[in-house]
Amino acid sequence: MADLRVNIAGLELVNPVLTASGTFGYGIEYQDFIDLSQLGGIIVKGTTLQPREGNPYPRMAETAQGMLNCVGLQNKGVDYFCKHIYPQIKDIKTNMIVNVSGNSPEDYAECAARINELDCIPAIELNISCPNVKHGGMAFGTTTEGASSVVKAVREAYKKTLIVKLSPNVTSITDIALAVQDAGADAVSLINTLMGMAIDIEKRKRILSIGTGGLSGPCIKPVALRMVYQVAHAVRVPVIGLGGISNAKDAIEFLLAGASAIEIGTANFLDPTVSVKVAKGIDEYLEKHGFKSVKDIVGLCE
Amino acid sequence: MRKYVLDLQVTSVEQPSERYLLLAATNPAGPLPEMNPGQFAQLRIDDSKDTFLRRPISLHHVDYEKNEVSFLVQKVGKGTASLWQKHPGSTLNAIMPLGRGFTMPTSAEQRFLLVGGGVGIAPLLFMGEAMLKIGVRPTFLLGARSKSDLIRLDAYRALGEVYVTTEDGSEGEQGFVTQHSVLRREKFDNISVCGPKPMMMAMACYAKQAGTRCEVSLENMMACGLGACLCCVEDTKDGNVCVCKEGPVFDVEKLKW
Repeated sequence: MADLRVNIAGLELVNPVLTASGTFGYGIEYQDFIDLSQLGGIIVKGTTLQPREGNPYPRMAETAQGMLNCVGLQNKGVDYFCKHIYPQIKDIKTNMIVNVSGNSPEDYAECAARINELDCIPAIELNISCPNVKHGGMAFGTTTEGASSVVKAVREAYKKTLIVKLSPNVTSITDIALAVQDAGADAVSLINTLMGMAIDIEKRKRILSIGTGGLSGPCIKPVALRMVYQVAHAVRVPVIGLGGISNAKDAIEFLLAGASAIEIGTANFLDPTVSVKVAKGIDEYLEKHGFKSVKDIVGLCE
Repeated sequence: MRKYVLDLQVTSVEQPSERYLLLAATNPAGPLPEMNPGQFAQLRIDDSKDTFLRRPISLHHVDYEKNEVSFLVQKVGKGTASLWQKHPGSTLNAIMPLGRGFTMPTSAEQRFLLVGGGVGIAPLLFMGEAMLKIGVRPTFLLGARSKSDLIRLDAYRALGEVYVTTEDGSEGEQGFVTQHSVLRREKFDNISVCGPKPMMMAMACYAKQAGTRCEVSLENMMACGLGACLCCVEDTKDGNVCVCKEGPVFDVEKLKW
């Protein structure tokens, strides 16, 4: 067996496979299917300072090789998370990472500060890229100033590993990545969903309740891969790649493009066991090609 | 209740009518898990370039002795249509059992009316079978557009009394299930409903007036089926909740209907 361990800015992962926020619940939902300790980490559902009801139904539309969603950060707020969910997940033997979102830099910082106090949460992923909420979310992630302001505020409040999740709905994702790196991010993860739309031609109406949603699934993989490659070549901090990864081959492409770790999202819906299969497949690839460690293939592609 | 990803093997394929498919499948790897009426499976759709996600299909019939589970599928779109390619021996990958099913009677004296419309009759067969096992005879009220859409009536009649309505009057009483005379003649302790939303809302309305407890099975569009993605939510008195996890069966008192 090859050495699958990776280190993301001090965060030790048993392998480079994480599960993406919003696709894996709090991990508990998948416990019947896989041994969660076989994952590098689990990034739980987006959490905000105040509870949020999210957007009205319908929130989902199927597309060719993908899906659109406009869930809109439905969650019961950080207080509820700390009191009721954290006790249920703190003993899961993997890195439990909380995805944090907000309406203002102060919101983000306060939410992050609360999570900073939880011993068994070694990192947060800052969501400055949700396309489905009116205020905050992607609004911060689409300008260097906005992204920088949120990351600076959170950096002061949060002492552990700070990952910042980037939006692909921008002119230059590398500019945003450089801005959040300068503002104190320990790592970046990309990409969040691409803004899209679907129309019901019989009703002659847009399908999603708010009209638009975020596109995910295999259809976005080439876009995500290109962005990961560009960002990995521009920043010093580790890059976590995601966007349409469905199997080990996809994951290896992201590693070769420069990602130190990867996240699996929408593919969990098709096969709840896919994440452990990807980890195994990466190991087989390394063995087959004589690489001793997964670190040896990160960014290997010219 | 523990959930599994199973590679089921199709044992038989029947087409009770042009729009319906009856798929029976066994689990070659071992005994089928414990399942409750009203729960569902997320069936993987293979070889369909136009669809992406699994399709949630209710459990129609479970035979633990034969280690067999059946699904009654209506051809709705390209996803369900691709299940028509299955034949005996085909693999049917299923995540199951999922969700919260119907409340079962707690004593033999309780009278349960099971109301189904269209493909919504599917979970009521499993429900009726489970009721008989605990000594309660179910009463069915099944509705369809026309006689040709009424399928598998014999299977229901083998379990209990069956009342029928058709919109064109070609079988049973003419009209909707909510107009059937049995509702005026008899009193029930519980009504379990699965069918088109307007039908379920009308039954909920009837149940409220009659002071009868009523449960309905919702079919909001789902992605994960596990309560992870929060796509299939219903706006209830407790806020947005996942139909796949908190449902698909809800007491109508919890809904904002």
